[in-house]
Amino acid sequence: MSKGERIYLDHAATTPVLPEARAAMAEALEHWANPSSPHAEGRAARAALEDARRAIADALGWRHEIILTSGASEAISLAARGAKVPGRAIGATEHDAVRAAMGRAKVIGVTSDGLIDLDTLDSTLAGAPALVAIQHANNETGVIQAVAAIQERVSAASSLVLLDCAQTAGKLGLPEADFIAVSAHKLGGPPGVGALLVRDLAKLQAVGGQEKGYRRGTENLPAAAAFAAALEVEGFASAMQRLTPLRQLLDAEIEDAGGIVIARDSPRVPTIATYAMPGVSSASQLVQFDLAGISVSAGSACSSGSMKPSRVLQAMGLTEDLVSSAIRVSFGPETSESDVELFVTEWRRIASRAASRAA
Amino acid sequence: MIYLDYQATTPVAPEVAAAMRPWAEEDFANPHSPSRAGREAAAAIEVARGQVARGQVARAVGISGGSVAFTSGATEALNWALKGLAENAPADRNRIVTIATEHAAVLDSCDWLEGGGFDVVRSPVRPDGIVDLDSLEAALDERVLLVAAMLVNNEIGVIQPIMEIARAAHRVGALMLCDAVQGFGRVDIPEGPDLIAVSAHKIYGPKGVGALWMRDGVTPAPLLHGGGQERGLRSGTLSPALCVGFGAAAKLASERREADAAHVERLWNAAIDALGPGWIVNGSAEHRYRGNLNIRRDGLDGARLISDLRDVAFSLGSACASGSGRPSHVLRALGLSDREARSSIRLGFGRYTSESELADACRRIDATARAQQGLAA
Repeated sequence: MSKGERIYLDHAATTPVLPEARAAMAEALEHWANPSSPHAEGRAARAALEDARRAIADALGWRHEIILTSGASEAISLAARGAKVPGRAIGATEHDAVRAAMGRAKVIGVTSDGLIDLDTLDSTLAGAPALVAIQHANNETGVIQAVAAIQERVSAASSLVLLDCAQTAGKLGLPEADFIAVSAHKLGGPPGVGALLVRDLAKLQAVGGQEKGYRRGTENLPAAAAFAAALEVEGFASAMQRLTPLRQLLDAEIEDAGGIVIARDSPRVPTIATYAMPGVSSASQLVQFDLAGISVSAGSACSSGSMKPSRVLQAMGLTEDLVSSAIRVSFGPETSESDVELFVTEWRRIASRAASRAA
Repeated sequence: MIYLDYQATTPVAPEVAAAMRPWAEEDFANPHSPSRAGREAAAAIEVARGQVARGQVARAVGISGGSVAFTSGATEALNWALKGLAENAPADRNRIVTIATEHAAVLDSCDWLEGGGFDVVRSPVRPDGIVDLDSLEAALDERVLLVAAMLVNNEIGVIQPIMEIARAAHRVGALMLCDAVQGFGRVDIPEGPDLIAVSAHKIYGPKGVGALWMRDGVTPAPLLHGGGQERGLRSGTLSPALCVGFGAAAKLASERREADAAHVERLWNAAIDALGPGWIVNGSAEHRYRGNLNIRRDGLDGARLISDLRDVAFSLGSACASGSGRPSHVLRALGLSDREARSSIRLGFGRYTSESELADACRRIDATARAQQGLAA
């Protein structure tokens, strides 16, 4: 397969910047002034920035505060450091950005379906009020947490929820939460911009500087404008209805080919799934798919070809065989049925190659 | 001091030191001079070249001919082979296929070539450290210039299926480079490779000298330019002392092949017995050169163990990577976590290790590891 014909199924890592977002970014680069400058150019840039912020709020259906950041990692870090409650707790399958930002947090276990164990959550909440960081949808398995139930229990304990919506913003409707972290480059915007959505600024420690005193650093107007544009065109949101049956088709094909769908029976975001091919290591699959022109990913891959077993799958208590043979497939707005069919064909080829060598 | 780091380097054999002595102490002539003394030095080097070549290829069925060029070591030999072949590559062959667990001399050269536009595929390995042939073969087609694979891994001792890899490379018209540094003189070098890199100081010879064996008709472009030594392929005055030492070491390894192998087998068994339960061998125990015992223990701090046992010399992995603080790329490629990699140590032994000192060291390693974990010895 020649270059240009490659099939990209790694949209959960990052997804191409939508044309509308590129255009908005180019246009905003014309407003080269610093939005915090008091002169006419600065005031024009400020107006454009606030337009972008309003557009982001409208598209996400968020009626409270929005602090623009350099990405979801910074948004998570702002909440982790500034939330005005003494305790910290995280789900066992959280993204590394959350684990790193939350330091010595209590860990709330998950069931084998990847769902937060509500009993463990309750016992965690029995202590001092805490910031509880939970993913809306997991970045490896796509499992969607029961956010409403979690928020209800957390609120009842005078604790706060930080919801990591990096994989769901612009794709699913955002639930209510005390804090929400979002990222532009997972939904068709540029890398380098995200936001912390805050229900009540009084619950967050101010740090001075821009963004109403909650974030220091010159505002990134071109990126914010592109973020807003990407949300407004609903590149992902409008594709979700088509991607849902496409993912069901892929699940069925994989099972038919002898593969295993991880967290099969849990609610999952249609854009992300993890599959295990028993007996074939994730690294081996990655290389073979790549050489066949298909980009997928695994737990965490590094450039040397070394692989760490997925922490997420381990936390779900999956067997080592499943963990070591799992790969992630993630869809974008343009992913087609023929992409899925070609992926499945290659899947069968890799599995039979391994079977014939084992025989 | 009990020396258990034979993969980092080996003691110089007394026979080797004796052979080198006159060339170090008295005979200082330039082997490329036409003087009588120079011609004598050149003759000694040619004898050594023959010894290295025979040590290297005598046991390999089907390898005949070819030529040996001396280098400053295996790092130079590998750099030369990779970069020199890349320089002469036809435009439509711009892919290099290697293994994720290769030595840094290969991986870093590949990184360098990648920066120059080459497409590098690093095949993963199975949990036992043997290359995943499915993904290696999936990378092979008419675009591949070279497949580089090591015979014996320097960190975990596993033996790669060189013959199969070479066959697969030749099927698509690619060349095969074998890093045989840890295997030379210890295990048979299989038929197949077109280039083989070896080093003297891993076979009880001196540091500072290695060689590249090239099949007839396979010539990488020179890495070093200058006086045109080594048929114009590798410039630089050769050291008669080092070359003679390498030759003597290769000859000795060839003569002592069965005795050395039997000794290493006894040592492996003695070490396993003395360590006792609780240790896990990293990498295949079966497809392995058994002078390498890379082991881990749950919860062990390998670096602390090394400092606790100052009169036993062993390592965490590759000497070249030690001190970087980064967990071994080889152990991680097996799928070990960072924690498991940090709880791993490498014991290397060989010709001059006695069974009793090895057993003694292993018992102390086990006792110290248990003490570290608060267990009774």
